[in-house]
Amino acid sequence: MLEDYLNIAVKAIFVENMALTFFLGMCSFLAVSKRVSTAIGLGLAVVFVLTVTVPLNHAINDYLLRPGALGWAHASLTGQDLSFLRFLTFIGTIAATVQIVEMALDRFFPTLHAALGVFLPLIAVNCAILGASLLMVERGLTLPEAAVFGFGSGVGWLLAIAALAGIRERLRYHHIPAGLRGLGITFLLTGLMAIGFLAFGGIQL
Amino acid sequence: MATETRRILMDPLIHNNPIALQVLGICSALAVTTGMQTSVVMSAAVVAVIALSNLSVSLLRNMIPTNIRIIVQLTIIASLVIVTDQILKAYVYEISKQLSVFVGLIITNCIIMGRAEAFAMQNPPLKSLIDGIGNGMGYAAILLVVGAAREVFGAGTFWGIPVLPLASEGGWFTPNGLMSLSPGAFFVIGFLIWILRTFRPEQNEAE
Repeated sequence: MLEDYLNIAVKAIFVENMALTFFLGMCSFLAVSKRVSTAIGLGLAVVFVLTVTVPLNHAINDYLLRPGALGWAHASLTGQDLSFLRFLTFIGTIAATVQIVEMALDRFFPTLHAALGVFLPLIAVNCAILGASLLMVERGLTLPEAAVFGFGSGVGWLLAIAALAGIRERLRYHHIPAGLRGLGITFLLTGLMAIGFLAFGGIQL
Repeated sequence: MATETRRILMDPLIHNNPIALQVLGICSALAVTTGMQTSVVMSAAVVAVIALSNLSVSLLRNMIPTNIRIIVQLTIIASLVIVTDQILKAYVYEISKQLSVFVGLIITNCIIMGRAEAFAMQNPPLKSLIDGIGNGMGYAAILLVVGAAREVFGAGTFWGIPVLPLASEGGWFTPNGLMSLSPGAFFVIGFLIWILRTFRPEQNEAE
């Protein structure tokens, strides 16, 4: 049992890395990876929000949206299928969660809020968050599996952006062809990192 | 007017390309470009959503309260994406299966939010519609080039039709498997940006 969860986590972190295999959250991945400290801040915020929203969206999908999900409310609703509303509800949940998380952090953990504060609003439109929820539905995970998957995906993303930021900090002292500076070289670097992560392919616990 | 319309439409294609210059909407640009067919369907979907979202946001721009505008824009875009997703499922089911979660991720494609926020909130409907089409085409241009490169070099086919004779079938071409995997996408876009900026040095970034 525990093995299964560990397997999902390892798979989400290394084998099917959000950023390097599924290209999710690329906009902020490329834009916020110039310094290690900010990259880690954003990465932690992503881990946090993913761990909360993926299981939450799982519950919403399971009790409200999937075909026949409304059966618990009234027997006549068993035939209803609201799954076409999935995109709208998921993005709504994510935006609301991010807002609540921000307010809760501000109230109870001011130091953490000061560190993550600037990144939280950005995260609502980060495709890694919505992507993880949609992937979770597509794979038919159970609620605890979804929680592990959300957490693992976040950690994988954090790992990738922190590593890229580390490389980019070093790059500042190197001579790069004019046309490659900035965006171009970052793409090539990410490609090389993705090749590195391909080595994890096929790992099964 | 005619020249201005032309400028709004054509500018995002090369001069101010949303992917190559502004680094927006990269996720789907990388993920769906393993072949031509998925690239074309995805481009069409994005052009439709961005044009219609720009139009709707522009029509509503004087009625949207400023402090909840992001939520309103997000709702408009999400509804358009739902419609697009249903249409794709109805008419090109196989390809919509291949695109999987990336149709849904059009919602968080920053080009669409970006144009709604930066252009449609301040400009009249017709102009916004044209701006949406222009930016959608700029996105599509990159998607098609990357899709073509990855399919030809990764599988030796174009639109599913063999163009390079494969070594396994007596020809000379050995498919480069890396192109179909994720690193290939990063390399192709990286080199594309390099080429684009070599011919347009004013787009170079100072670092």
